[in-house]
Amino acid sequence: MSKLYESQKLALWYFSVALVLFGAQLLFGLLAAYQYLNPDFLYGVLDFSINRMLHINAMIVWLIMGFMGGVYWFLPIETGREVVGIKLAKLAFFVLVAAVAVVVLVYLLVQTGKGDFFTLWFITEGREYIEAPRWADWGIVAVMLVFYFNVVATVIKSKKLTGILGVLIIDLLALAGLYLAGMYFTPNISVDQFWWWWVVHLWVEATWEVLVGVLMAWALMTVLGTPRKIVEAWLYLEVFLVFGTGILGLGHHYFWIGTPEYWLGIGGFFSALEPIPLVAMVVHAIYDAGSHKLRAANKPALFWIMAQAFGNFVGAGMWGFMHTLPQINLYSHGTQITPAHGHLAFFGAYVTANLVLMYIAIQRVRAPEGPALDSRAWKLAYVGFVITIFGMVGALTVAGFAQIFVERAVGGATWSAYIAGQEHPWVREPMYWRFGFGVLFLLSYLILIYDMLTIGKRAATATEVKPA
Amino acid sequence: MGIGWLEVTVAAFVLTVVSGAFLARGSNWLEPRFWKGFAIGGSLVMFTLLWILTFDTLKKISMGSERVPSPTVINHKIGYEYNADRRMYVPVIGEEEPFFGKKWSEEEAYRLITKGKLVIQSRNCMDCHTLLGNGAYYAPDLTKAWLDPKWETMIKPMLKVETREEAIATWLMNTDKYPTWTRRMPNLGLSKEEAQAVVAYLKFMSAIDTNGFPDHFGKTASK
Ligand code: HEC
Ligand code: HEM
Ligand code: HEM
Ligand SMILES: [Fe+2]
Repeated sequence: MSKLYESQKLALWYFSVALVLFGAQLLFGLLAAYQYLNPDFLYGVLDFSINRMLHINAMIVWLIMGFMGGVYWFLPIETGREVVGIKLAKLAFFVLVAAVAVVVLVYLLVQTGKGDFFTLWFITEGREYIEAPRWADWGIVAVMLVFYFNVVATVIKSKKLTGILGVLIIDLLALAGLYLAGMYFTPNISVDQFWWWWVVHLWVEATWEVLVGVLMAWALMTVLGTPRKIVEAWLYLEVFLVFGTGILGLGHHYFWIGTPEYWLGIGGFFSALEPIPLVAMVVHAIYDAGSHKLRAANKPALFWIMAQAFGNFVGAGMWGFMHTLPQINLYSHGTQITPAHGHLAFFGAYVTANLVLMYIAIQRVRAPEGPALDSRAWKLAYVGFVITIFGMVGALTVAGFAQIFVERAVGGATWSAYIAGQEHPWVREPMYWRFGFGVLFLLSYLILIYDMLTIGKRAATATEVKPA
Repeated sequence: MGIGWLEVTVAAFVLTVVSGAFLARGSNWLEPRFWKGFAIGGSLVMFTLLWILTFDTLKKISMGSERVPSPTVINHKIGYEYNADRRMYVPVIGEEEPFFGKKWSEEEAYRLITKGKLVIQSRNCMDCHTLLGNGAYYAPDLTKAWLDPKWETMIKPMLKVETREEAIATWLMNTDKYPTWTRRMPNLGLSKEEAQAVVAYLKFMSAIDTNGFPDHFGKTASK
């Protein structure tokens, strides 16, 4: 077996940092979840807002780093050559890691600032998911430009513009361009949220979805040997359906932020169609895996591919559809129903996709020529993750419905109505369940890490022993 | 009049099918090229429509439009009432009333609102609260917080102040001392000036036409 490309070694660095940040995400999520149970815990020291910010920012960063790793992993395979500008790419990696470290330290130690532009530039921008201060925004843009240069230059040099690469190049441009919509201050909160949703929705329900389509196309070719022609036809179909429904589906966030009434119809209609591409992806994955009778040399990757297809459909499609019509969203908007969907969708679509990429890399590094990559630990982690994410999401869903009744329908959505809702046993008790399942989720993460450090190791030593 | 949702939806459908079929012409539906045509056509149509709608929307939500008020709305009484024609609750902007004891000029009001927004971002209010229903779920939605009955029934008497704006500002500067339940809001170190700016922002936000969200705010089912 030939040596790893430098680009693939860089991918391994990206995956490693991503996994560390995944762990950090869970720790801060647990702190925030615990503060629901005991609000005095770290009150005034590390408040809920700071824990939550670290929780979701760590998530965004690690998922993107994993995707970048995936691109750096597959790009040399697809183009048959080393990535152009690999030195620059490595420099960009260290710049990114250093910037993330500084931002996290400032979040933890400085936390908040006075109400002025200095705070926005150097401490926090205070806008959910994209709280990172403005200097870091520009740092991220610079790193993204290097990444984009790597991809485009490599494709040009190799003179191999495959269909998959074409989709990737256009999608990355849109993904990076959208980020610019998030770097902007306006006193008009309706305009603020209008553009904010361009970043958040058009990322997770359009450009990320297509990026993952690209990465899963490569994954299917690697793990199951699915022919390129089939994979590319499906990819184009997915792009058509995802962009065809998801772009105007953006309107499901424009019901109540001050935007005109026509968004109720447009947003409701198009977002209700958004599950269609997700069904198509399930069909695609089942078909490919079924034609191999679920057998592959990379067991964990295959099973995470299946989890990705189903998780995307259930988390984004079903839990998203549940509250996407304005008639329902009027009451569910901003209740625990929203994070129920948010957790299942992000886990089902994007955590799973990252794990597929990582297991593909692990197999290539540890057991490129067999035996099949398998272990008991990955199965335990897999079952653990699936049960505990549904445990957390189930709890939040129950809490959300109760909140809708008690706070919104009966109580009239005021401050006291909010408190009445939160104190109701059907909201209060699920918060304990969420925390408990959260702890078990962390346990599954630890098993996953153990597995990633050990799986395939014995096979590797066995092959090493032979020549001696 | 302007744009209706059904026209946009039908236009999106027709344009997508036509442009997709045109770009995919001559290929079999099982070939990648067929779906490539639809992918390109569909994406371009949707993206173009989104930009058109964006320009229209931004015009309709600028400050001083019918949906998003001018900052000087802080000089007026604000209500939230059921509108039988639109079948939803809408903000009602009433007669003038002093805000922190005075009438604010257009420029002063704009500066105050801008400050309020900066304070809200600098303290990460949206990582505990929702504003316009977006944010975090650890604390009450603030969309109509200005109109919350609790300021009159509980906070004003508790703090022994004259006006609602003073009650909110004073409470926000002393959240750790006046909790109303076990989940307290931390003291975020707001200066007096910052607290006043935040109150102005809450008042301004309560006057935004949110298509009836939250529904029947402040009215319980029993009343
Ligand atoms: C760490 C979480 C947290 C942060 C950050 C936070 N709040 Fe609060 N806030 C709360 C909690 C909890 C309550 C309920 C307190 C009570 O009932 O005693 C509350 C209550 C309020 C209320 C009264 C509720 C209502 O419905 O009218 C207002 C107004 C308010 N906060 C404004 C703000 C503003 C403005 C900011 C940012 C400058 C902010 N909060 C930041 C947690 C937070
Ligand atoms: C993988 C894809 C998806 C991810 C990762 C995702 C994630 C999220 C997250 C995190 C939020 C909360 C945002 C916030 O903090 O305010 C959200 C909101 C929402 N999502 Fe999704 N989502 C996805 C797909 C979908 C789909 C396909 C639909 C519709 C069918 C949908 C419908 C909604 C709705 C209606 C809201 C607004 C909730 C509210 O009113 O509070 N989502 N989504
Ligand atoms: C140990 C497991 C976890 C715990 C205990 C946990 C806890 C929390 C808590 C307490 C919040 C704040 C919700 C609120 O504002 O009320 C939150 C938000 C969020 N978490 Fe987690 N979380 C966990 C794992 C995850 C995972 C694996 C993901 C996805 C990859 C994730 C994604 C999110 C997102 C997207 C939000 C914002 C949701 C929204 O605004 O609707 N979390 N989480
Ligand atoms: Fe969305």
